[in-house]
Amino acid sequence: MEKCYLMTVVVLLGLTVRWTVSLNSYSGAGKPPMFGDYEAQRHWQEITINLPIKQWYFNGSDNNLQYWGLDYPPLTAYHSLLCAYVAKFINPDWIALHTSRGYESQAHKLFMRATVLIADLLIYIPAVVLYCCCLKEISTKKKIANALCILLYPGLILIDYGHFQNIYNSVSLGFALWGVLGVSYDWDLLGSLAFCLAINYKQMELYHSLPFFCFLLGKCFKKGLRGKGFVLLIKLACTVVASFILCWLPFFTEREETLQVLRRLFPVDRGLFEDKVANIWCTFSVFLKIRDILPHHIQIMISFCFTFLSLLPACIKLTLHPSPKGFKFTLVSCALSFFLFSFQVHEKSILLVSLPVCLVLREIPFMSTWFLLVSTFSMLPLLLKDELLMPSVVTVTAFFIACATSFSIFEKTSEEELQLKSFSISVRKYFPCFTFLPRIIQHLFLISVITMVLLTLMTITLDPPQKLPDLFSVLVCFVSCLNFLFFLVYFNIIIMWDSKNGRNQKKIN
Amino acid sequence: MAAVGVATGGGNWFSALALGVTLLKCLLIPTYHSTDFEVHRNWLAITHSLPVSQWYYEATSEWTLDYPPFFAWFEYALSHVAKYFDQEMLNVRNLNYCSSRTLLFQRFSVIFTDTLFVYAVHECCKCIDGKKAGRELTEKPKFILSVLLLWNFGLLIVDHIHFQYNGFLSGLMLLSIARLFQKRHTEGAFLFAVLLHFKHIYLYVAPAYGVYLLRSYCFTANKPDGSIRWNSFSFLRLISLGLIVFLVSALSLGPFLALNQLPQVFSRLFPFKRGLCHAYWAPNFWALYSALDKVLSIIGLELKLLDPSKIPKASMTSGLVQQFQHTVLPSVTPLATLICTLIAILPSIFCLWFKPQGPRGFLRCLILCALSSFMFGWHVHEKAILLAVLPMSLLSVGKAGDASIFLILTTTGHYSLFPLLFTAPELPIKILLMLLFTIYSISSLKTLFRKEKPLFNWMETFYLLGLGPLEVFCEFVFPFTSWKLKYPFIPLLLTSVYCAVGIIYAWFKLYVSVLTDPPVGKTKKQ
Repeated sequence: MEKCYLMTVVVLLGLTVRWTVSLNSYSGAGKPPMFGDYEAQRHWQEITINLPIKQWYFNGSDNNLQYWGLDYPPLTAYHSLLCAYVAKFINPDWIALHTSRGYESQAHKLFMRATVLIADLLIYIPAVVLYCCCLKEISTKKKIANALCILLYPGLILIDYGHFQNIYNSVSLGFALWGVLGVSYDWDLLGSLAFCLAINYKQMELYHSLPFFCFLLGKCFKKGLRGKGFVLLIKLACTVVASFILCWLPFFTEREETLQVLRRLFPVDRGLFEDKVANIWCTFSVFLKIRDILPHHIQIMISFCFTFLSLLPACIKLTLHPSPKGFKFTLVSCALSFFLFSFQVHEKSILLVSLPVCLVLREIPFMSTWFLLVSTFSMLPLLLKDELLMPSVVTVTAFFIACATSFSIFEKTSEEELQLKSFSISVRKYFPCFTFLPRIIQHLFLISVITMVLLTLMTITLDPPQKLPDLFSVLVCFVSCLNFLFFLVYFNIIIMWDSKNGRNQKKIN
Repeated sequence: MAAVGVATGGGNWFSALALGVTLLKCLLIPTYHSTDFEVHRNWLAITHSLPVSQWYYEATSEWTLDYPPFFAWFEYALSHVAKYFDQEMLNVRNLNYCSSRTLLFQRFSVIFTDTLFVYAVHECCKCIDGKKAGRELTEKPKFILSVLLLWNFGLLIVDHIHFQYNGFLSGLMLLSIARLFQKRHTEGAFLFAVLLHFKHIYLYVAPAYGVYLLRSYCFTANKPDGSIRWNSFSFLRLISLGLIVFLVSALSLGPFLALNQLPQVFSRLFPFKRGLCHAYWAPNFWALYSALDKVLSIIGLELKLLDPSKIPKASMTSGLVQQFQHTVLPSVTPLATLICTLIAILPSIFCLWFKPQGPRGFLRCLILCALSSFMFGWHVHEKAILLAVLPMSLLSVGKAGDASIFLILTTTGHYSLFPLLFTAPELPIKILLMLLFTIYSISSLKTLFRKEKPLFNWMETFYLLGLGPLEVFCEFVFPFTSWKLKYPFIPLLLTSVYCAVGIIYAWFKLYVSVLTDPPVGKTKKQ
C-alpha cells in the first residue's frame, strides 16, 4: 500500500497528542488523604506485588479495602502486577507496602503515563489501524481519515491520559475492538476470546456482551442449529469457558474467594448512581429524589427492567438478522441503554458507548461526530475538577476539525446519509408531508452545540449561586442526558428499519 | 450552517492544516521552557517599565537586551497586552518570575504572532509552481510545501517548547521572499530591512538580497547571452531601494543616534566576547575542527608527544564550558571565522551576479549564504540551521535533486536540535514529532518524484538511518554506562560531529549543484 506512510503519520500524530495531554495534571494530584484514581492505580500495584494472590480482594491488616480496594476483574490485577515489577526495578519506593501511600513525584508520574502509552500502543491503536484498513468500499484516503478521527477522539484521550482512569480504558476498549474485528470478519473464536479478555479486564464491558452474544447466536442459527451452527456454538462456548477459567484460575481454589471477588466487582449495595452522571436516574432525581424514596431492591429491579426493555428490540433484531453492520449499531444502542438506565453507572462509562460510535463514523459521520462531541461534553465537570480545561478545549476542537474536514459532515445531512430513508418512507405512508426530518436534525445539532458551548463558558466563568453549588454540573448532566435519549431513539430507529432497506435494495437489484 | 461547512470542511485544507498545528502548539503549553523564556520576560519588563534611553543600559538581569530596536518595540507592544494578564511579570527586579498566567501569556504571544508565518506560507504556496499537480490532494506540491513549512519540526520545538519567536521572524523572511517571487521587489526589500532590525542574525543572508536586488532589479535588462547590460541601469530603482533601507534604519536606530547611544547598542548586538562554539557545538565546520583537535590531543597524550601539564583542564570537559582553547591545532579568532565565512559566501554571490536565474537563483544563493555562515560563523547556535531549512523547503518541491539535499539537510539539522530538549517528559515528544516530520517529508517527496531516480544513494540512506542508533546510544544506552560520569560530553560531541558531517555534505552538494547548473538563458534555448 503506497499510502502506508500517511497511516504512520496519523498514528504518530495520535501518539503525540496523547503524550502532550499527559503532561497535564491528573485526578487527585496533591489532594490527601484519598487522592484520586491515579493513586488507586498505584495502590493496586503496591497491593498486588506485596501481598499473596489470596489476599488481593480481601480486607486485611495490609489491605484496607476502604482505601482504593481492588474492585476490577483479575486481568486488571495481573496488569497491575506486571507494572509493579517494572516499578520495583526502577524505584522500589514507588510500591513499598504502606509507606508508599500517596506517593507523588515527577518521575513516578512519567512512569505511570508511560504505562498507559505502552498499553495503548500495544492494544488499542493496532486494533484501530487494522479496523480502518479492513473497511470495505472506501478509498485509502478515507480509511486514513477515519483512523485519524478515531485516534483523535478526545474523550478517551482525556480520561486515560489526563484524568488517569483507575483502569486503562484503552486496554479494555482495545480488547473489545479486537473482539468486534474478529467477530465481524468471521474469526469468531478469536473474536470471542478477545472479548472475554475485555470482560475480564473490566466488568463494564458487559455493556457490550449482549450484542456479541446475540450476533454469535444469530450466526449459529443462520448456519442451522443441527449442523455447522451447533458445532460453532459448542466451540464458542468452550472458548468462552476456557478463557474465563484461565483468567480466574487462582481464585477458584475456594468458593468464598470467588464470591468475594464477585462482590467486589458488582457492589450492588452502593447507590443507584454516584456523583453526577448524565443518565436517566441522575437527571430524574433533580425533580424527585428516587434514591431516598424507593427501597434499595426496588431501585435495582426498576433499573434492570428499564435496561432490559430498552435493549430488547435491537437484540432480537440482531439475533434474527445478524450482519456486521447491524452488530455495530446494536453495540451502540445496547451500550447506550446500559449507560442511561442501568444501576451504578459512572460518567466515564460513556466511553463504552463512544467506542462503537467511533466504528460507525463512516456510515453516519454527522450523527457520530455530534454524539462524540456530546459524550466528551458530558464529562466536563470531571475534567474541570482535574484542571484539564485547556487540553479538553484543544482536543475537542482538533477532533471537530478533523471530522469536519475528512468527512465534510455538513454536506451529509440528507435522509439517505442519516440512514433514515426507509424510516421516512414508512412514516410518509401515514403522513405524506413528513419531509422535514433532516432540517429538524440540523437545527437540533445547532441548538445542542450552542447549548454546550454556552454551558461550558458559564461553568468556567461564572460562580454558581450559593444555594445551588452543583447547578452547572447538574445542567451539564441534564443537557447531555436529553441528547443521549435522542440518540437512543435515533439508533434504535436505524436498527429497526435497517434490513428493510436492505431487502428493498435487493428487490430493486 | 453552510458557512460553517465552507469554513471548516470541504476543500479548505490549508486552514485545516494551520488550525491543526495551532492546536498542537496549544497542547505544548505546559512543556519545559528554557532560559529564553526568562530572557523574553525580562525584555518585556525592561521595555515596559524603563524609558527608551535605558533599554540598552539596563543590566539587572544577566539576560540583557541584545536584539535590535524593532524587537524591543515589539516587546514593548506585547507588554501592553501582558499587563492585563499579570502585572508582576513586568517588574525588572522580578527575576525568574513564572506564574501560570505569565506562562500562558508568553506561550500565546508566540502562537498568536505565528499568524504572520501562516500568512507567509500561504503566499509562498501561491508563488511555487512546482511539478505539475498530481491527481490527489496529498500529492500536490502546494500541499506538501505547506505541511513542510507549517508543521516544521524545528520551529515547533524551538518556538513552542524551548521558547523563542522564530515563527514570526521566519514569516517575515518567507513573506519577503514571496514578494520577490511575485516581482514586488520594493515590498520585499522593505520587509527584509524591517526583519534585519528585528533580529540581526539575518545579516547572514543580506548579501544575497543586496546582490539580487542590484543585479535583477536595478538593471532592467540583460544581453541575449544572459550577461549584464550596463546601460540598462535604473537610478530611480536604486534610489528607491536606498531610501527604503535608509528610512527603516532611521526609524529603528534614529532614536538611539539622537540619544548618542549607538556604540552601546552595537556592543550589545555583537558580543564577540563569547567563545567560538556555543556550549553545545553547533554541527558546523568548527565542531569537526574542535573534535579533530580533541582526537589529536588524546593521541598526543597516548604517544607522550604532548606534555599533560600544559593542556588546559577545561578542554577535557568541553561541551560544558563556553571558553575553549584548542590544544594541538591553532586557536581560531573571530576575524578568521569572518574571513572564512566571506570566502565561503563569495562563489554563490558571484554566481548570482554572473548567472542570474531569477528568483529561484536568488533563493539558492540565500540558502547558501545562510548555510555558509552557519558553517564558519563565530559562536553559531544550532537553532540557526532553521535559517536555511525553511527557505530550502520552497526549493524541495521543485526538483528531485533539491529534494534530496533538503531531506539530508533537514533531517540532520533537526536531529542536531535534540540536545535543546533534555528533560525526560519532552523526550517522547521530540522523538514522536521528529519521526512524524521526517517520515512525512521523506515519503511525500518520494511520492512526488517517484518517476525520477531515487532520492538517496546507498551512502546517504546509510547515513540517515544511522541517526536512529545514534539517538538510542546517546539517550538510552549511554546514561546507564560507566562513562557517564567520566566523559559526560560524549553524547553531545557525537551528535554534533555526526550531524556536522551531514550538514557539510548537504552544503557541499548544494554548492556543486548551483555552480554546475547551466545559466537560465542556455536552458531556455535547449
